[in-house]
Amino acid sequence: MKDLDPLVFVAVFQEMLGILFWPLVAFVVLGAVALLAVLIRDRGLESRRLVRAEALGILGGFAAIALMLWVTASNPRDLLGGPIDWLVTLAIWIAGAFGTTIFLYVMQSLLSARVRTVPGERDRVHTFKAAE
Amino acid sequence: MEVSSRGMMTRRALLASVAGAASLIASGPVLSATKLATKARIVIAGAGAAGLSAASRLSQKLDGADIVLIDARKEHYYQPGFTLIAAGLQPKSYSISLTRDYLPAGVRLVEDSVAAFEPEQSRVRTAGGETIGYDFLIVATGLSLDYAAIEGMDTALIGRDGIGSVYAGPEAAEATGRLMAQFAETGGVGLFHRPATEMKCAGAPLKYTFLTDDRLRSTGMRDRSELIYAAQNKVLFSVPIVSEKVRMLFEDRGVKVRHDHVMTAIDPGRKIATFKTPSGPQQIGFDFVNVVPPMRAPQAVRASALAWQTGPFAADGWMEVDMHTLRHKRFANVFGVGDVAGVPKGKTAASVKWQVPVAVDHLVASLAGTTSTAHYNGYTSCPLITAVGRAMLVEFDYENNLTPSFPGVIAPLEELWVSWVMKKVALKPTYIAMLRGQA
Repeated sequence: MKDLDPLVFVAVFQEMLGILFWPLVAFVVLGAVALLAVLIRDRGLESRRLVRAEALGILGGFAAIALMLWVTASNPRDLLGGPIDWLVTLAIWIAGAFGTTIFLYVMQSLLSARVRTVPGERDRVHTFKAAE
Repeated sequence: MEVSSRGMMTRRALLASVAGAASLIASGPVLSATKLATKARIVIAGAGAAGLSAASRLSQKLDGADIVLIDARKEHYYQPGFTLIAAGLQPKSYSISLTRDYLPAGVRLVEDSVAAFEPEQSRVRTAGGETIGYDFLIVATGLSLDYAAIEGMDTALIGRDGIGSVYAGPEAAEATGRLMAQFAETGGVGLFHRPATEMKCAGAPLKYTFLTDDRLRSTGMRDRSELIYAAQNKVLFSVPIVSEKVRMLFEDRGVKVRHDHVMTAIDPGRKIATFKTPSGPQQIGFDFVNVVPPMRAPQAVRASALAWQTGPFAADGWMEVDMHTLRHKRFANVFGVGDVAGVPKGKTAASVKWQVPVAVDHLVASLAGTTSTAHYNGYTSCPLITAVGRAMLVEFDYENNLTPSFPGVIAPLEELWVSWVMKKVALKPTYIAMLRGQA
């Protein structure tokens, strides 16, 4: 590991994930594009969906840690080895929480009709502007 | 409309960056832009980690070369996985794949073994009677496990009478794992040791001691067990700072250490191992033992002019190569990589990962009529497992310097989860990528 080449990481991840590699890359890219699409369509973030997605995203973070523990045959107490372990655990939680939040937000947005802010309903539906 | 022109720019930039990233990923590793045209005949003896990665790298760098890879075994073993198999964490299939799965295009595989090296004539003879001449030879035969040097020991014993041995192959590793699991249910004396010869991954016997300790703790039998580690000399690891750390960990885990003990005999019926010590033969009884056989260069190498003629590597016939270039000291068209190389440190896959590109670079430079400055400093690494879920990512060089890949981030002498995670999920993919010449 004297010189770290980013392409080596790609090769290693391809070997690690096997046939799942390209579907997962496609899933992540599609997720990002879909998020962008609904943000543009809805002209911002819709707070209710976001709060629901974030609430479940908290669980998603813990699910990501549980998945890593299962894959690595580890015990939760192993996560306390040293500061880098705490940071990696936090990073896994954030990645799981973020991923879950985005996924659920996009799914809710795609499954629901476009948010319309009609007069009189502004108190119920809050929109955050994508750009002021 | 809230999506302003600024917003559009952001979108465009984002889409461009996504497209850029996708094209980067799709392009895959491109390691050599131009290939050297050559008609050179190159023979690679051995299709293990070193032989296959050398074949991959040569085929990436050369156009038109006649590359022959010689190995009798159809299966390829991921040997760093043996410890995990013997700990019951992976099935034996984890280590087994087919050599042909990694064979680069244009490389011819001869399913035979090299019976004789004749470097004076630049040719090898196979066990099947074929004579193959070469312009360049890469010797990557690995090493021989000399179980017969331990009186009473036979690979057929592995998996019964308390005798385990992680090294003899995936089946032996799995059989050892079954024995260790039984031992963890009953408790007793667990005996661990290492040979006095050079050996594959000198951390492996230590790891297996820690893993057995961990298993006994999980079954609640540690209090009814005694673990003994018999070291062949006065240290536990050749790198002093690591040796001292292992000493502390063994003390913490209650592993008893015997020094200057070299196993000479084993009695399966009585479950007694005999050790040569400075004060005469010593016997240690066991309920479970991990036998680590003496390791030597394969007979064909030992019997050839390729072996060291004098010095510490001569007795076991390791190849006389320059420790920094891996080129043979007397036969300039011969390189030795991997376990067979008579160099001071590291018979590990990590050594291979850094040795092979250096040897290949020198070989290609010779073909091109230039010189290479590629230099191997003895770097090797050992994810020293200290329990299921914890390891120390120990990396070092010829000079016993610690050479951490992530200084200040992943401490080499701390028992960390991330180091375990690397061993468990990242090392095999890295190894496979290495076989393909991509890492």
